[in-house]
Amino acid sequence: MFSYDLRLALDSLRRNPGLSALMVLAIALGIAVCTVTFTVYHAMATNPIPGKSSQLYHVTLDTWGADRPYDDDKPDEPPTLLTYRDAMYLYGAKAASRSVVMYKSGALLLPERQGVKPFVATLRVTSNEFFPMFDVPFQYGSGWDAAAEEGPQPVVVLSDETNQKVFGGENSVGRTVRLGKNDYRVIGVLKPWAPSPKFFDLNNGSFEDPEDAYLPYGWGRALEMPVYGNTNCWKAEAGNSYQDFLNSECVWLQFWAELPTAADRDRYQAFLDNYARSQKAAGRMPRPLNNRLYDVGQWLDRNEVVQRDNRVLIGIALLFLGVCLVNVVGLLLAKFLNAAPLTGLRRALGASRRDIVRQHMTEVVLLGLAGGVVGLLLAVGGLAGIRSIYGSDYNRSAYERLTEIDPTVVLVTLGLALLAGAVAGLYPSWRIGRTAPAVYLKTQ
Amino acid sequence: MLEMHQVTKAYRTDLLETHALREFSLKVGKGEFVAVTGPSGSGKTTFLNVAGLLETFDSGAYRLDGEDVSRLDDDARSRVRNRKIGFIFQSFNLIPDLNVFDNVDVPLRYRRLSTADRRERINAALDLVGLSSRVKHLPSQLSGGQQQRVAIARALAGDPALLLADEPTGNLDSLMARQVMDLLEQINEMGTTIVMVTHDPELARRAHRNVQVIDGQVTDYKPYEPHAASVTVLHPHATEAAAG
Repeated sequence: MFSYDLRLALDSLRRNPGLSALMVLAIALGIAVCTVTFTVYHAMATNPIPGKSSQLYHVTLDTWGADRPYDDDKPDEPPTLLTYRDAMYLYGAKAASRSVVMYKSGALLLPERQGVKPFVATLRVTSNEFFPMFDVPFQYGSGWDAAAEEGPQPVVVLSDETNQKVFGGENSVGRTVRLGKNDYRVIGVLKPWAPSPKFFDLNNGSFEDPEDAYLPYGWGRALEMPVYGNTNCWKAEAGNSYQDFLNSECVWLQFWAELPTAADRDRYQAFLDNYARSQKAAGRMPRPLNNRLYDVGQWLDRNEVVQRDNRVLIGIALLFLGVCLVNVVGLLLAKFLNAAPLTGLRRALGASRRDIVRQHMTEVVLLGLAGGVVGLLLAVGGLAGIRSIYGSDYNRSAYERLTEIDPTVVLVTLGLALLAGAVAGLYPSWRIGRTAPAVYLKTQ
Repeated sequence: MLEMHQVTKAYRTDLLETHALREFSLKVGKGEFVAVTGPSGSGKTTFLNVAGLLETFDSGAYRLDGEDVSRLDDDARSRVRNRKIGFIFQSFNLIPDLNVFDNVDVPLRYRRLSTADRRERINAALDLVGLSSRVKHLPSQLSGGQQQRVAIARALAGDPALLLADEPTGNLDSLMARQVMDLLEQINEMGTTIVMVTHDPELARRAHRNVQVIDGQVTDYKPYEPHAASVTVLHPHATEAAAG
């Protein structure tokens, strides 16, 4: 019976090509707007490290001054970064299963290969547990160990993109790259890896690319490497040397702890609070105790990676789809009622109400599917438009990531289109299913 | 085959109540060919609609082919219509987008028959009405008489117990009307019960028996006696009304 319904539906759609196209377009427009907004929202709201996001915690301590909060808009929130001395204490205490202290920096990279120009490589200066903690995948080699970090030894891990650029994508483990004034031995090359959002460092944009290379944290201090991120201070302090900077109350370091269980988390919270109390006793941290652990989801919320505007936009897009569907309902009603004499005839010849409803629902589901496909194409065009309008050379990859349609979005879009078609067709189909068989037979 | 007892049917609006059938009683035997005549507005079509389970009625009883169909729900009525009743309409009521084969196929589709079974029935029905060579034609490519024969094939393909014909020759010229009547007689001789509503006394005379309906009631009723064709008119104006 399905094949018969399908044939009748196709015949019906072909019979009124203009009307059919109008309905497909109405559904497609609604779907396209929803798909574009959903794609961006989906990219923003996707869990960047599923399976582990509730075990990884961004660590904060309220080291800010008493006069005013760190963030006037969120006066209850502690600073998002740590001072050097606090980060070093927490890192040295090893109170978590894994802990990572890090910041973003950069240096001029001088490639050996002929024809490749020097470029400023972004660097993540980080402790060695960065790689296992964030499940960073390696293509060649591995990260460094604690000994290499203490040295620090001149080792570097390259991103896939950097390895492509500098070594043509070959296994470069053991080769040397020059960063700034120093040579580093490549000990690892990552697979293509770009968690989105870039949850582990939201300072420089939530959707920017990960860094080009990774250096042991010890080099940061040894080479006094610059901070490519936020450095916030609340009091005037001596700033004559790098050591002064390290001793200051300025916050600039990111700190993450891996705490697999709730008990681990509670223990770590107590550890943080005890540490803060000891610092208060020593005359630091004048604000009330406010040390927080944010898991990945909470951290993304705290930084408003998905802004309320994005959620509102989803609502508006759905509303627009609703308006489109109301129009489709009207057109379907007009179309179905116009064909009521034929429906009456089918009823007279033995079609039950269910048969009639199913026949018409097949038609509207087909319309929905066509609307979904056209809507998807429109959405692809729309997203390309967003990329071309907003994506500059600086942030192109971020926009590409945000506007990329993935299989989930395609499935959701087609599902939404089918649902939209079904919803739009439900009332008209039910209504036409109530056609009394006798009414139109004389006039048909 | 068809047995109506004291059937009443009224159409109601806020202001008006029109009694289309009043205590309408009629028996049609198996294999009978009955012509139902009467003036316009007398209730003939309402009777046909009720008999064909296209409309419900208010009170009374109706048995069709031995089954009480008085209070069936909509689904069951659709099923009985599909399996036991064939319809022939004055305006043919073919589906303009479907070719001859597919038009005849419509009721069979709703019976969920296999493709082979449907094909066999359609071909047999089209053979009977002499349109086997026109299976791919659209209704618009056929004459009125041919269209009515397609409608007859559609009604017959389901092998109905009862054929209901509403002015089957009303839209045809006299030659084609005669051909259609010949076909109906042939079908009746093969054992199918036919109830035909008509204004045409000439056609009515070709039935086994005439039933006169006036003001929603059977005014002339005579039980069926097999092989005894009869035309009895009790109402003084019936012949005029029927002719008009």
